[in-house]
Amino acid sequence: MSAAEPQVAQAVVGALSTAETFVQLLYLAASILFVLGLKDLGDAQTARRGVLLAEIGMVAAVAGTLLFGVDKGIIVRWEWIVVALLIGTGVGTAMGLWIPMTKMPERIALSHAFGGLAVALVGVVEYLNHGGPQMGTLHITATGLEVALGALTFTGSLMAFGKLQGFITGRPVTYPLQNLSNLAMIVGTLGLIGLLVYSPGASWAFYAVATLGVLLGVLLVLPIGGADMPVVICLLNSYAGLAASATGFALDNNVLIICGALDGFSGFLLGMMMSKAMNRSFSNVLFGAFGAVPEGKAVMEGAAPSGPAPNVGSVEEAAEVLRAARSVIVVPGYGMAVSQAQHAVRDLANVLQANGCDVRYAIHPVAGRMPGHMNVLLAEANVPYDHLFDLDVINDDFTATDVALVVGANDVVNPAARSNQSSPIYGMPILSADMAKTCVVLKRSLNAGFAGIENELFVRSNTMMVLGDAKKTLMQFTSALKE
Amino acid sequence: MSLTLIFGLYVFFLAAFTGYQVISKVPHLLHTPLMAFTNAISGISLVGSLLAAGGHYGTLSTALGAVAVLAASINVIGGFLITDRMLRMFKKKGGTR
Repeated sequence: MSAAEPQVAQAVVGALSTAETFVQLLYLAASILFVLGLKDLGDAQTARRGVLLAEIGMVAAVAGTLLFGVDKGIIVRWEWIVVALLIGTGVGTAMGLWIPMTKMPERIALSHAFGGLAVALVGVVEYLNHGGPQMGTLHITATGLEVALGALTFTGSLMAFGKLQGFITGRPVTYPLQNLSNLAMIVGTLGLIGLLVYSPGASWAFYAVATLGVLLGVLLVLPIGGADMPVVICLLNSYAGLAASATGFALDNNVLIICGALDGFSGFLLGMMMSKAMNRSFSNVLFGAFGAVPEGKAVMEGAAPSGPAPNVGSVEEAAEVLRAARSVIVVPGYGMAVSQAQHAVRDLANVLQANGCDVRYAIHPVAGRMPGHMNVLLAEANVPYDHLFDLDVINDDFTATDVALVVGANDVVNPAARSNQSSPIYGMPILSADMAKTCVVLKRSLNAGFAGIENELFVRSNTMMVLGDAKKTLMQFTSALKE
Repeated sequence: MSLTLIFGLYVFFLAAFTGYQVISKVPHLLHTPLMAFTNAISGISLVGSLLAAGGHYGTLSTALGAVAVLAASINVIGGFLITDRMLRMFKKKGGTR
């Protein structure tokens, strides 16, 4: 759709044709269905209905676009659309049905990359065909922002995917003047878009904007460490949405503006929640987070060797503690995901419950690599969601609990967040696993966790460390308890 | 400022505000499905991709548009399927599968 066919402007100056009215009404219906779908997603009972509503909305919007495009002679070639839709449906179905739940952060990062790519390419096509001196201020600004944000989301998400997969180091990569050079590139991008407003025909500037977007995506995610991944994924969600919204402005398409805004603000909101759960200001994560994790590494190096030795227990000892327990709170972390131990956790819980023990699960908001990751993993293992409790609900109950069973969690149970002002996670709300009568920690080794911060919980007198693969250890607990 | 821009900004900010209100009520429990869901919805850029791929602009535009259709449709189909797959797993006490 070009500047010559502005739907909204026509709505202002005069009546729409029948086809235009029809497609606009379909877009309106789709937008309403998307908002209702999101509202239904606020409750696990109604959430599936919400997905259905949004699916109907999507079909309406796509069908309307095709009908309108054909009617107006805008869509004249079908074969490429059909081929792309068929392949997309095949790949989408495969990704939807067979990706394991433990790989959900990777999948979300990858699909943000697809979203960014689609938007950036639409922007390039828009410029190729309607670019040049006739582009109005709004049109060229929106197209420029669309391409910059889309390209940034594309490469940034690929970087996040690479870090999650381990193709790229999860450690933050920093170099001198990093923030300054990134800032210069952002200013440069905006400057070039400004130049395009005055000289829309300067195609070199347009492609420079696209190139800077590609570079910025790589450079902005490069310095962010693995521990900040939940926030990065939220941010990329937000960028993908804003890019889609910019597309809406460029194409005069309200349904794109609305969906982009919904997507953009959900990412923004989740990112703020994640930052709050880590006791970091959002602006700190956005602009200044980059230095935070290396500081943690420095603390780690100084603290570890001189302290007391951790109390390492055998599987049998830990199983005895569990056998005697009347109440257990399980604290799952990313280690549970890595060793695919969620089913083993559930099996152990079944045996404990059969012994008359009360088993609950404490979920820290930033446990795992994306918001709500642990909830999904435990749901996969058929753990009922009303056994899962958020930090603020369950935290006071640890003192009255026999055993806190920490499965591959590290920073979210680190008491240093309460007491050690020099710790990089000082002030972060944590799960009070150390307050339980006994704290059993399942961990691969005594090394520091992903964020690289020593955990003094491991050397507390009421803590028993059980080293090894979490899944194997849990299965050994289960068979020991069955005897 | 053009009227089109003003209209667009109205739509954008009203949608953003609505989204903020609705999304802030989604519990932690459902945050991963929420991300997959908004990801699927953002596949609405399929609408723009279809117009780019189906246009009469030449091979380059058609090819770029087709890649955009491919990427966006993966998000739409995959996003909705995986959201529903996750939500099917969420069960209250007593629910068995």
